Amino acid sequence: MPMTITEKILARHANLEYVSPGDLIEVNVDMALANDITAPLAIKVFKEVGARKVFDPQKIALIPDHFVPNKDIESAEQAKVMREFSAQHQIVHYYEVGRSGIEHVILPEMGLVIPGDLVIGADSHTCTYGALGVFSSGVGSTDLGVIMATGKTWLKVPPTIKLDYEGSLPPWVEGKDLILYTLGKLGIDGANYKSLEFSGAVIRGLSMDQRFTMANMAVEAGAKNGIMGPDETTMAYVAQRSNRRPSIFTSDPDAGYEKVIKIEVDKIEPQIAFPHSPANVRPLSQVGDITLDQVFIGSCTNGRMEDIRAAATILKDRKVAKGTRLIVIPGSQSIYRRAIKEGIIQTLIDAGAVIGPPCCGPCLGGHLGILAEGERAISTSNRNFVGRMGHPKSEVYLASPAIAAASAVLGRIAGPEGL
Amino acid sequence: MKLQGRVWKFGDNVDTDLIIPARFLNVSDKDELARNCFTDLRPDFVNKVSLGDFIVAGENFGCGSSREHAPLAIRSAGISVIIARSFARIFYRNAFNIGLPILESKEASTSIEEGNRVSVDLSTGEIVNTDTGERYFARPIPDFMREIVGNGGLVEYIKKKGLAKQEM
Repeated sequence: MPMTITEKILARHANLEYVSPGDLIEVNVDMALANDITAPLAIKVFKEVGARKVFDPQKIALIPDHFVPNKDIESAEQAKVMREFSAQHQIVHYYEVGRSGIEHVILPEMGLVIPGDLVIGADSHTCTYGALGVFSSGVGSTDLGVIMATGKTWLKVPPTIKLDYEGSLPPWVEGKDLILYTLGKLGIDGANYKSLEFSGAVIRGLSMDQRFTMANMAVEAGAKNGIMGPDETTMAYVAQRSNRRPSIFTSDPDAGYEKVIKIEVDKIEPQIAFPHSPANVRPLSQVGDITLDQVFIGSCTNGRMEDIRAAATILKDRKVAKGTRLIVIPGSQSIYRRAIKEGIIQTLIDAGAVIGPPCCGPCLGGHLGILAEGERAISTSNRNFVGRMGHPKSEVYLASPAIAAASAVLGRIAGPEGL
Repeated sequence: MKLQGRVWKFGDNVDTDLIIPARFLNVSDKDELARNCFTDLRPDFVNKVSLGDFIVAGENFGCGSSREHAPLAIRSAGISVIIARSFARIFYRNAFNIGLPILESKEASTSIEEGNRVSVDLSTGEIVNTDTGERYFARPIPDFMREIVGNGGLVEYIKKKGLAKQEM
């Protein structure tokens, strides 16, 4: 029977020959993930169900990234719960501040997730790893606590929407613009409970960093997972990072899709998501005059090497506008190190940016770079809900690193062509 | 299992940042979380909500983050049931896991108004607006999920079923 890539990975992990949408299955988990906000609750559940040992200390990743370096006593206590649990259970993939970064940046970077894996994380952006041909999905802390004990969870096989991107990308249009454009078409619940499969010549032409950006935001349409079939780009990325043998799954040509949506990219402009929804998008030419108090370049969506490099290319020999603040946060310690070697950090500092330590930063409005009442920011992150980055009467616009960097120079939302 | 309560009405796409903003996620104690539930959207909610009250909302309730702190805050604030036109996937799963029953009904979501007194029967999915006498039927909750809620959440359910004994 023909299956999609998602169905094939789920079937393999449920030890079944075949699965179809709507089936309730129990699956084995290759990697279970939590962060300093979701892990403490998961650890509480782990203890409450009477578990004494984790199912496999190699297959759990506990990453401090949301409120670290600890922002206050309460978050220090939460980080401590995770640190002590990791020591007690000899969790192999616990990475301390200074040797770590944003969970969804470092797991692929360190080769901890590879094609064919099934990854469950207590974080909604766990869907990022779909860019590698992985089935990955976000859950809450209770599910994760039980997975840490048993290595298993139940899932309902989702129906798949296939997105077929064809054509050639116009200048300054990249993965972030494609996913924002797609969210605009699908709406904020257009893929609720479903799988989004990104395909077509345009996707095959994207770098891994841009693919991660797209898969990362599948959840903004409510999707259970976002996924891309592995190709040469995927294999080259994985070969440098992991010694495990990847399992390459691809969708059968006659696999059953709930819907196939064709997207012609030739005329797409850079996209901006307006407050207060990632699906509330407009093309750059229809933005109007929107002045900015703050610009944030970073996050699990756009805090990777290529993103920071793109920002530096635009900011080189330019200055951040008077009245605007630019915050740049490399997504991992290794990206930070490379950015220093390439002179990128120097360029950014010369332009007037402040560099934050690798962490989630202002994205979720809890730590570093919080907005005051009435302030307006453009951000390369993934959500712009009411109060997402600070005061409930602040505004967040979402865009690519190139647009964010150009906007920082001009002090208003604009593309690099306006420089 | 029958429940009765007074309704707090919400609109579409109530996201997890509105339910409990991230600035309050430096703790995971459920009573502390409850204190800040809906603080930006409806600052009076936590002071006026009574134990057993219902939430009736529109589409895609609970979209956004995977934070289980969101259903925990709502339940700990006193809400006994959420009825919505639809729920975001992760919130749906989290709500059952922590023992907060939720029901999907387009008709109930449209017709029920703020302050109405409503009763629900979780085993049949029947929803009655006792102020108007109108009846609606929610999509039935699968048996095993009703059992999870009946036990107060996944932790209690697992303890009772003894599933936790294997491999631990």
